Amino acid sequence: MKHRTFVWFILPSLAAMTLFIALPIVSVFIQSLFVGHEQVLVVSKSCGPFGCQESTAIDLEATEKLREEAPLGRFNGLGTYINRSHLAFAEIGVAWAETETFSEFWKVVGDLPFYRALAFTLVYTAIVTPVVILLGLAIALGVNALPKLLKGPSIFVSLLPFLVTPLVGSLILFWMVDGDGVIGATIQLIFNDPNLSLKASAALTWTMLIVYGIWHTLPFSFITFYAGLQTVPDDILEAAKVDGASKWERTLHVVVPHLMPLVSFVTLMLLMDNFRVFEPIVSFSAEAHARSLSWIIYNDLRESGNPLYGSAGATSMLTIIGVVILLAPVLIRTWRDFNRKAH
Amino acid sequence: MATASETRMTPAKAVSFSLVGLWLFIAAFPFLWTFWGSFKVQADFFSKADWTNALWGTQTIAETGSAFTGQGYFGAWVIEAFWQNVINSGIVVVFTVIISLTFGTLGGYALARSGFRYAFWLLIAALVFRAMPHITLVSGYLLPFFEWNIWGHLPTTIIVLVAINQPFTLWMLHSFFLNIPKDMDESAMVDGCTRFQAFRHVIVPVMWPGVITTGLFSFLLAYNDFTVTAMLLSAENETMIPAINSFLGTTQVEGKVMYAVAAVVSATAPLFVLILFFQRQIVSGLTAGAVKG
Repeated sequence: MKHRTFVWFILPSLAAMTLFIALPIVSVFIQSLFVGHEQVLVVSKSCGPFGCQESTAIDLEATEKLREEAPLGRFNGLGTYINRSHLAFAEIGVAWAETETFSEFWKVVGDLPFYRALAFTLVYTAIVTPVVILLGLAIALGVNALPKLLKGPSIFVSLLPFLVTPLVGSLILFWMVDGDGVIGATIQLIFNDPNLSLKASAALTWTMLIVYGIWHTLPFSFITFYAGLQTVPDDILEAAKVDGASKWERTLHVVVPHLMPLVSFVTLMLLMDNFRVFEPIVSFSAEAHARSLSWIIYNDLRESGNPLYGSAGATSMLTIIGVVILLAPVLIRTWRDFNRKAH
Repeated sequence: MATASETRMTPAKAVSFSLVGLWLFIAAFPFLWTFWGSFKVQADFFSKADWTNALWGTQTIAETGSAFTGQGYFGAWVIEAFWQNVINSGIVVVFTVIISLTFGTLGGYALARSGFRYAFWLLIAALVFRAMPHITLVSGYLLPFFEWNIWGHLPTTIIVLVAINQPFTLWMLHSFFLNIPKDMDESAMVDGCTRFQAFRHVIVPVMWPGVITTGLFSFLLAYNDFTVTAMLLSAENETMIPAINSFLGTTQVEGKVMYAVAAVVSATAPLFVLILFFQRQIVSGLTAGAVKG
């Protein structure tokens, strides 16, 4: 295809992506270098018969004017990145100097908002991804062995948790595990503790969110693997059977290697989607114990009346860097493949 | 023909079947439970005393005289004007899908037919964009949108959703167009068509299966979106999903949580129908990028 024709064909799509994905990243970066204006204070002196008094008041008009003139705020350089709500270098330095053991040190770091969110996001991603891949593979093998009549309906049922709106899906589960819901009430009955709540402790909240994550993404890995199973060549399976391989050996040495390219595809997709975990925290109102990177950005933007654009921008930039690090192995491999093909 | 060894029940088979059975139960039960419960009163759906109340509707009978009640639906659709949000969702979803597919087919076709290095780089850039958490982009939109006075309107949200949708649409349609033999459009060009005429008269008639599959996923992205719609739409333009979320803020206090339950069931019903009719296309779309490796 000629360069000229290519440009015309790709133009609408490229324009949309440049305007609403690439430029916003630039805009986020610029925002992150600024902080909101401080309020303009006026000191007025009122002198009476008993001497002079100084009083400070907020000059609303001047503050408003300043905000209108420079909506970005005032320049702060990388200050927002290293303040307490983000990378918190100063606090970590203090913690490193003052704590005796590693566990104490990590405890202090774990209480800093950014690192807390990062920890939850990473733990969520690191648990949900492998569990979903293993269970997905097991269920795909199970469904593949079902009688033909049952395969369609089982796929239909499995698609529901995956395609349902994340916010709605997590609400449905939340209403069930809530103190008065069917599962929550049953758990209270079993442990004979009417105040037991899954939201009470950090560990339980994290578990609840991770269980939701598995429920929501398992169908994706299951269906991808199931489709892959349909392409396993029959003659190789036959040959392995003739050679005396048991069913288990055939699965392990023929089927699983055949699915390996799929495993890396599913891992990539799951990593991308799990890293942006957000809606379940809103639905479960779990923010007391579990906050993800996406959630703290949302929270900064929701700050009523005076959204913290600078802070949200800084967290966004750090999150984007995280995504790139996460994708780096894939990008490097694609780059190598491409070069090999080119030469 | 199934041989005896294939039909015989072995312990391994029993374990794997029960795993499948357990999964199907876990997958379906929450939906059945919520659907059934949406026709009950709150005291039944959230029954601390006895969970079977939700099944038989003990409190519902006591309060309304019948085991099923439409109070939740009436509250959501009529009192809280959920229909308005449904209309907004409809507008956003229809336009997002149409525009995404138009942009995506043109771009995907170009990427599939261009052998130059920049096509590869565009696809890699699209992959990185695909991985971007949506909220990071939203934090870049707010300030400029406020400045230009385009915040809160449906068209703004539609074009943003189209853009966010592009990376995925491009990848999917690109791999679909790769499967359509090059000879088809090239022979049309030998016969004197321009590139666009070849696309219009040769490719368009055969591309519909791929476009429908991609369209289903564009639909899901626009329909399921919470991040963008919650942050970019003003209260009167809200779509269904952020509306359900703001329901919770106001209704939990007033004991009207059943409105939210009814709204949740209403929002899930179209997805249910979608899966019912398009199961095959959805499955093939999920694995489109994958099976080729």
